[in-house]
Amino acid sequence: MRYSVWSLIRQGLAGNRGWPEAWRDAAPKEHYDVVVVGGGGHGLATAYYLAALHGVTKVAVLEKGWIGGGNTGRNTTIVRSNYLLPGNEPFYEHSLKLWEGLSAELDFNVMFSQRGVLNLCHSDAQRDVFARRGNAMLMMGADAELLDREAVRAMVPGLDFTSARFPITGGLLQRRAGTARHDAVAWGYARAASALGVDIIQNCEVTGMVREGDRISAVETTRGTIRADKVGLAVAGNSSRLAAMAGLRLPIESHVLQAFVSEGLKPWLDTVVTFGAGHFYVSQSDKGGLVFGGDIDGYNSYAQRGNLPMVEHVAAGAVALFPALGRVRLLRSWGGLVDMTMDGSPIIDRLPLANLYLNGGWCYGGFKATPASGWCFAYTLARDEPHELNAAYRLDRFASGHLIDERGAGPQPSWH
Amino acid sequence: MRITCPHCGSRGLAEFTQQGDASPLRPDDDAGEAAWVDFVHFRDNPRGEHRELWQHVLGCRAWLVVTRDTASHAILRVEAAADVRGRPRGWT
Repeated sequence: MRYSVWSLIRQGLAGNRGWPEAWRDAAPKEHYDVVVVGGGGHGLATAYYLAALHGVTKVAVLEKGWIGGGNTGRNTTIVRSNYLLPGNEPFYEHSLKLWEGLSAELDFNVMFSQRGVLNLCHSDAQRDVFARRGNAMLMMGADAELLDREAVRAMVPGLDFTSARFPITGGLLQRRAGTARHDAVAWGYARAASALGVDIIQNCEVTGMVREGDRISAVETTRGTIRADKVGLAVAGNSSRLAAMAGLRLPIESHVLQAFVSEGLKPWLDTVVTFGAGHFYVSQSDKGGLVFGGDIDGYNSYAQRGNLPMVEHVAAGAVALFPALGRVRLLRSWGGLVDMTMDGSPIIDRLPLANLYLNGGWCYGGFKATPASGWCFAYTLARDEPHELNAAYRLDRFASGHLIDERGAGPQPSWH
Repeated sequence: MRITCPHCGSRGLAEFTQQGDASPLRPDDDAGEAAWVDFVHFRDNPRGEHRELWQHVLGCRAWLVVTRDTASHAILRVEAAADVRGRPRGWT
């Protein structure tokens, strides 16, 4: 069924009892052309673009829990393309352009809200760095504006402009950036993929891989063995565990990144503000809660929960930036697992086997990448070569030295 | 998470920083490119027991080898890095 104002009226008059299921909850078949492991946004987008753009419809998406129940449901929903390096920026800008047309393409409202992302700077040197990044963004086709202090004050009056330690000297604004509804991205891609014949198989955890020579001939799951011509991994947070099933190691550590939401407030903040110097960023959800976060905890973890020192650190950043938040109560906090790579950038490539592919290493920034990640991974799976947009996200860059290190931090995941 | 430093006793997580897997041993200078790429970039990254380098950076500043469960965050063993045989990552 196509969703429209007419379907809404028709179903409403019929008591809303006639809505069909948005997508089929499929049972596994014996064999698929492509098995995508991981039913989050990235895996579902991959399956959708395989079917929609490459004519590959014998596709299964295997999800160990329920779709969108992993990192897709645990992020802070920010979408932006404000990167410096040529290996990153065109990819993220392509993603942002896909976001701009996504609700129409999927016939599903992903509630993409282009409310802008404002990065604050606190010194002349940091302003110079932002000017350079903004210029790089403009040269690669994105939008960027460098704001002075008064323009920032006009836009976000609640900031503390009296701070002596971190005086606000301006900011880098990307107006086309913003937020989206995270669940809707998973559901929208699932619905569109399912309509094209993709099998979405839930409660189906991959427990092993059947390796024959340099090929993976099948995956073993909690719902039986499934044979596949090609296997694609889209399980960021757990990429190393899946790769280990195929006998491979990756340049990745799993870390925990915490996120937070406050009690609901009246409309107070109409953009996304990042305070890199204080490790804090915030936006306000449509329900009124302030959604915010900071850095990763900084130690290897598969626990999906973090520790209290980071909670305190992020809260301190919040109050330092917005003194008015001092009496706002925290409603919930949670943790998500992130694949931290050694250079802070992702991997979309074939692994050193004939038919096993990896989409992972998203560090703390996978949500915004969802459309382009699926788009590029589908291209790579279908054609067995990278698109130019993901050509830099090769696995062999760690051997060749072509690292994509936005922060210039070096091979230590907790520093990215 | 609290870590019992062999020198200072039980202290809160905020006093420590982690530096990743303690298992990779620094290759010889002439070990070849593959050995160095593996040492610098590739990790086992297990779910479960994991030997890690930590530093008691806001305490005695000693380096520690902490064996920890990455799924539960339980601390299983803490040793002073100086007492651990081999040459852990970053050690020269």
